[in-house]
Amino acid sequence: MTLALPTTPVKADDTRQPHAVLEFIRQQPLGAISFVIIFIMMFAGVFSNLVSPYDPLAIDFASILSAPSIDHWCGTDAYGRDICSRLIYGSRTALVIGFTSSFVGSTLGAILGIASAYFGGRIDNIIQRFVDILLAFPLIVLALVVVASFGRTKLGGIDVNLILAIAIPIIPRVTRVVRAAALSVRVMPYVDAARAAGYSHSRIIFRHMAPNVVAPYLIMLTAFIAQAILAEASLSFLGLGVTEPTAAWGLMLSGNAADFYREAPWMILFPGVAISLAVFAFNLFGDSLRDFLDPRFKV
Amino acid sequence: MTIVESRVGTQGQPRRDDGVGAVLLQVDDLHVQFETSRGAIRAVEGVNFSVDRGEVVAIVGESGSGKSVTALSIMRLLPRLTGRTQGRITFDGRNLLDLPDEEMRKLRGRDISMIFQEPMTSLNPILTIGLQIIEPLTIHLGMNEAQAKARAVELLQLVGIPDAAGRLDQYPHQFSGGMRQRVMIAIGLACNPKLVIADEPTTALDVTIQAQILELMKDLSRKLNIALIIITHNLGVVARYADRVIVMYAARVAEQGPAEAVFHRPRHPYTMGLLRSVPRLDRPRGTKLETIEGLVPNLAHATPGCRFAPRCPFRIDICATEPELQLTDTGGTARCHRHAEIAAGQIAWARSGSEVPNATVLSTQPLLSVRGLTKHFTVRTGFGAKKATVRAVENVNFDIYPGETVGLVGESGCGKTTVGRMILHLETPTDGEITFEGTDLVEASEAQLKAVRRKIQVIFQDPYSSLNPRMTVGQIIGEPLGVYKLAKSRSLADQRVEELLGQVGLRPEMTARYPHQLSGGQRQRVGIARALAMEPSFIVCDEAVSALDVSIQGQIINLLEDLQQRLGLSYLFIAHDLAVVRHISMRVIVMYFGRIMEVADRDALYREALHPYTKVLLDAAPIPDPTIEKSRAPRLIKGELPSHLAPPTGCVFNTRCPMASEECRVTIPVLEEKRPGHFAACIKI
Repeated sequence: MTLALPTTPVKADDTRQPHAVLEFIRQQPLGAISFVIIFIMMFAGVFSNLVSPYDPLAIDFASILSAPSIDHWCGTDAYGRDICSRLIYGSRTALVIGFTSSFVGSTLGAILGIASAYFGGRIDNIIQRFVDILLAFPLIVLALVVVASFGRTKLGGIDVNLILAIAIPIIPRVTRVVRAAALSVRVMPYVDAARAAGYSHSRIIFRHMAPNVVAPYLIMLTAFIAQAILAEASLSFLGLGVTEPTAAWGLMLSGNAADFYREAPWMILFPGVAISLAVFAFNLFGDSLRDFLDPRFKV
Repeated sequence: MTIVESRVGTQGQPRRDDGVGAVLLQVDDLHVQFETSRGAIRAVEGVNFSVDRGEVVAIVGESGSGKSVTALSIMRLLPRLTGRTQGRITFDGRNLLDLPDEEMRKLRGRDISMIFQEPMTSLNPILTIGLQIIEPLTIHLGMNEAQAKARAVELLQLVGIPDAAGRLDQYPHQFSGGMRQRVMIAIGLACNPKLVIADEPTTALDVTIQAQILELMKDLSRKLNIALIIITHNLGVVARYADRVIVMYAARVAEQGPAEAVFHRPRHPYTMGLLRSVPRLDRPRGTKLETIEGLVPNLAHATPGCRFAPRCPFRIDICATEPELQLTDTGGTARCHRHAEIAAGQIAWARSGSEVPNATVLSTQPLLSVRGLTKHFTVRTGFGAKKATVRAVENVNFDIYPGETVGLVGESGCGKTTVGRMILHLETPTDGEITFEGTDLVEASEAQLKAVRRKIQVIFQDPYSSLNPRMTVGQIIGEPLGVYKLAKSRSLADQRVEELLGQVGLRPEMTARYPHQLSGGQRQRVGIARALAMEPSFIVCDEAVSALDVSIQGQIINLLEDLQQRLGLSYLFIAHDLAVVRHISMRVIVMYFGRIMEVADRDALYREALHPYTKVLLDAAPIPDPTIEKSRAPRLIKGELPSHLAPPTGCVFNTRCPMASEECRVTIPVLEEKRPGHFAACIKI
């Protein structure tokens, strides 16, 4: 809130660092490195058309299966398409699907988790049994079921059902973790104070409880981005995700890439490296963010 | 000498002294510095003291004064990466700070042992207590299993645990808090140490249990000739048990000397101020509590000169330079330039003097009345899903009138907090009614409730967890203004927030701060301002000052009294500290095990308590005066709180009551008016 008052200069013992970013780099150098990788991915995803040397869909029969060279940094595939360009465009797919599905899944999961902890009793019981059922399926199996039963619904070139398919298995996992954190917040006197003040349930949930479980939520969010990219790649590999000729990392690994692993190992190598790097970066970033946000990790 | 020789005999004959001289521990010029992300914090600066064999020394001070850090540095248990320790700590002729880690490890637990504050967390919950007592015996004294077991039984008997042999195989959760602290003491004594350091050993315990534990520790220290360092903030505890007192303030020793001298003839302004700001049971109740204004300095930005100068009423120019610890006329030392003038009686703290008229009841129509209030919790015991009922609150009746303060006292688990929570509508009563301004809160509809709820507010005990850490002070106080449309516009709301901050004695620039940037006392003021923002007529103060330091506690109590005068508030003041309750309350309710034992006007209750439980409570509360404390033989209450799963029949107090007879085990006493306005639930009166 804005104040008409002149605020006194913040005292030197102020623990809120004005340069949180610098402090993050100092405390979590690995996290900073992983963020650079994520940033490069995002940059490549957003400005794909500017940074990629070729059209990812352009078929060039003159240079089928050419090895990495100055012209084609990562070589070409069986249709002569430039792998480097396809990787760059693929990061767009990975980020849109990975980030959106993780965001949707984690947010829904967090809301369910806080509600479960706040209301307790029967509501908690119902939500948790629903979560139990969802948890009984491995992430990829559940995603398979969803995608197979819903079919495809394209919305602005993005397969919404694919996002949902990946988001739904994330919900129960986040619900469990956030519920645990919310349970400990639930018994804090400041929540009692808010209840004693007669505030509405939604106000207590969103204003008083949610900000205090934001740390586990953020960590789950970043950790699941990596998992979602993997799930998207797996679904594409199985032919249920993104379809040809869209550039997607999982898709690049599947199809006829395996047929050429002797002649053109780069067809598998570079998409594989891209996926690993992205997963690695998001996981590391999530871990660092958790440590950074948790005061117990500070000296 | 061999280890076996050094063991206490079967029933603790004094141990042979094997050192030279009487001094056991000598701390010279101890400095401890912590490196933090906010710069270096000097937690201990130039501390000197010594402890003789068999002596009981108390280190007192408020939070952050460096008393615990001093103790931990004697044990060398400070984090090595961030803490830097300088100086000399000579124990039994050896400098502990120079010892190799291996030697130090052998010393810990064998020659020096430590007892921690929280008996709930300092025992390992997954190991039997037998194992935890035997462990140091086999490690340090090389005993075999059978020897160690025998010694463990002996130790448990020593600390007064009945059926010691049978309880060796039990786990910590099967013991009560007081019993666990006894086990901790047994572990501390296991290897027959020369020095025991007890860090707030009784702070987490109830007053009746506290008396038992301290009596035990003092007794053992005498019997076994063990030197004892007690670290505490409770001056009453110090007065009762210490031979010598060290008063610490802001990382330095302010004063030290024999207990009697420090309490009766303090030579440091801080000690003087501290002693007069404690509410006392043995003195007539003043109108206003004396306080030490201001806050403990921040150790990260220490200013030169005397640490206490900014809060000291006797501050003169020379106080800008650091005083040395100087010998005083009482045989102690004090770190004050003007100790001689204090000794001569030339300077003394002025009485605050502002005569606050006693609060008066504003109407004969009760504001809140509670009838037959009952709360039962169902708990499952074990896998069989057999349900048991815990009768947390049973048939409680009382009225509170406008402008009145009613104290609600009792030990932990007596149901006092549950009563408060039911009034606040945080807990639904099993039975009974709560009527507030004519509305029955239990039966009220959602809409009726919303209209009334704002009028009943709460101030919590823990200033660290009662404020949302992610909201600024301005947001916390301003929230109800928006929700209840108590301010017409944004700018009026901002004005109101400032006004509220002013009312609780905080500056307007606090609005932009977050709770973690405030001190404990400041946070508690924010909590009060938040309650006031709702414009309540009734506030439940649930242990509102128990987590605060003595000098801050007085400030908050005075503030609460001021606000009551100005705004005509009524309070339900829930607390366990009898002296504090006496100071603030007009009427007092004493609860035990879910039931009301006694209700009376404050003066009648404290002058002549009728119920045996109230008498025991008043007896167990230590008074900060060594002469009084050492002269009176405490009437120790026996036993512990009964289990809620197996409640006593008849009068709930009969298991611990000194007057109990067969009849008490059968008849449930009713709360009767034994004298005009003085109710008690006891068949013996």
